[in-house]
Amino acid sequence: MTINEKQQEIIDEFALFDDWMDKYNYLIEQSKDLPEMEPENKTEENLIEGCQSKVWLHAEMDGDKLVFRADSDAIITKGLIALLIRVLSGRKPEEIKDANLYFIDEIGLKENLSPTRSNGLLAMINKIKAYAMAYELKKNQ
Amino acid sequence: MAQAKTYDIDTIRRDFPILHQQVHNQPLIYLDNAATTQKPKPVIDKVNEIYSLKNSNIHRGVHYLSTQLTEAYEEAREKVREFINAGNTHEIIFTGGTTHSINAIAYSFGEKYVQAGDEIIIAELEHHANIVPWQVLCERKDARLKVIPINDRGEIIMEAYEKMISGKTKIVAINHISNTLGTINDVKKIINLAHKQDIPVLVDGAQSVQHQTIDVQELDCDFFAFSGHKIYGPNGTGVLYGKEKWLEDLPPYQTGGEMIHKVSFEHTTYTSPPLKFEAGTSNYVGAIGMAEALKYLQKIGLDEIAAHEKGLLDYATSRLEEIPGLTIYGTASKKISVISFLIENIHHYDTGMVLDKMGIAVRTGHHCTEPLMNHFNVEGTVRCSFAMYNTKDEIDHLYRALIKVNEMFG
Repeated sequence: MTINEKQQEIIDEFALFDDWMDKYNYLIEQSKDLPEMEPENKTEENLIEGCQSKVWLHAEMDGDKLVFRADSDAIITKGLIALLIRVLSGRKPEEIKDANLYFIDEIGLKENLSPTRSNGLLAMINKIKAYAMAYELKKNQ
Repeated sequence: MAQAKTYDIDTIRRDFPILHQQVHNQPLIYLDNAATTQKPKPVIDKVNEIYSLKNSNIHRGVHYLSTQLTEAYEEAREKVREFINAGNTHEIIFTGGTTHSINAIAYSFGEKYVQAGDEIIIAELEHHANIVPWQVLCERKDARLKVIPINDRGEIIMEAYEKMISGKTKIVAINHISNTLGTINDVKKIINLAHKQDIPVLVDGAQSVQHQTIDVQELDCDFFAFSGHKIYGPNGTGVLYGKEKWLEDLPPYQTGGEMIHKVSFEHTTYTSPPLKFEAGTSNYVGAIGMAEALKYLQKIGLDEIAAHEKGLLDYATSRLEEIPGLTIYGTASKKISVISFLIENIHHYDTGMVLDKMGIAVRTGHHCTEPLMNHFNVEGTVRCSFAMYNTKDEIDHLYRALIKVNEMFG
């Protein structure tokens, strides 16, 4: 599945919900499905400090794929992380680097990525892209 | 005998246009008043009137508009003086807010009186605005910041304070009311103890002026700081009250136009307070708007507002205590209408996000009091803070919303 196919899959899932409560409940479910992050990777270095919720992000290469593990202390944030991981983890760096993440807007949760939200999510996406760029540079060297 | 004013909540609510709207298709319930209060019509109308008909730079003008507005600005200063019962109008300095006022004193007082090895006393429950300026001063002067501890109810431990004051103490800076816990500190006692050793006291009144009558002469504080936007006035306004003897004595913290007596390239002399501390064009529109807010408060009655808010605090406390797993942080015997809480393992941000969707505005996080969060060993809390226009009905909504939060995350 390509990144955009994965995004479409999530958009279709959210199409079933017509109010925020259902969406939030679904995010809570998603948070439970997020692969657990190894405690030893929850380091200061991997911490993305949002003012409101904490986000940890760890990246490593598995063959030619970039795999992400992430976590948050807030559940809604963690649910959104789970969606981002579903879309972006386990892909080639060049795919990740060029990804246009429109699904968050389409499922009506764009406000969560606003810089004013300071929940660490926007910073997490930026960091994911920075990892992808760094690994691609390394590969091309 | 004067008749007690009746508290007409419907009329009061009608004076605040912003309250009558829906957010996320729900009626707005605004419980973030410790962050900022909403503005009544007379304040909005006054600001609008100045920009529409009266705007002109003050003090230097020879023309009609300038003279008129200068008069209004100085009347606003007199209104503030009366509101906090300062002895003299020139003891009232208009600033940009509490933070600005505290920084001004930390700089001016610090420059003149603080030296290496001196001590400055604050308390564990200060807002960052009453921590960082003193910390920076201590770094600059190689002085020491001493912190009065609190007990687990969120009350200052007076015995610890008494032991802390010494010949090295140069100033005590203390908040009147904690923005996070709502604790009303016994500033009168703190001031008396400091004065016994001739140590001046600055009171951070950001959370007190809007909830109770302030009499700076009765308190006998040396400095008192507050913000206009937390007392139903315009944003970007504030007050620094200082005793005459200090304002005469201290150097200005900012220099420029308006604050001078004579300027030459060789030497400049400063004018007298208050203008000595109001360099540049002040926020005169805001100051006049703030005075309008004070008039509005006096019309409703500060005692009546305090009684209404006490009713809200008691009701909200008992309702919140019904919620399974909910812990209130800050249970001082003397509190204003602020409640910080957490529900068991539910993150404050999750609670805040769900409340928002239900039309309820609260604040989540550390509330600019990180050391205080450390005391309670939490990352942050959910804080609801009530003002003169809130109702018990809104608290019932909050209660139902929190039950929902519990269902979703519990």
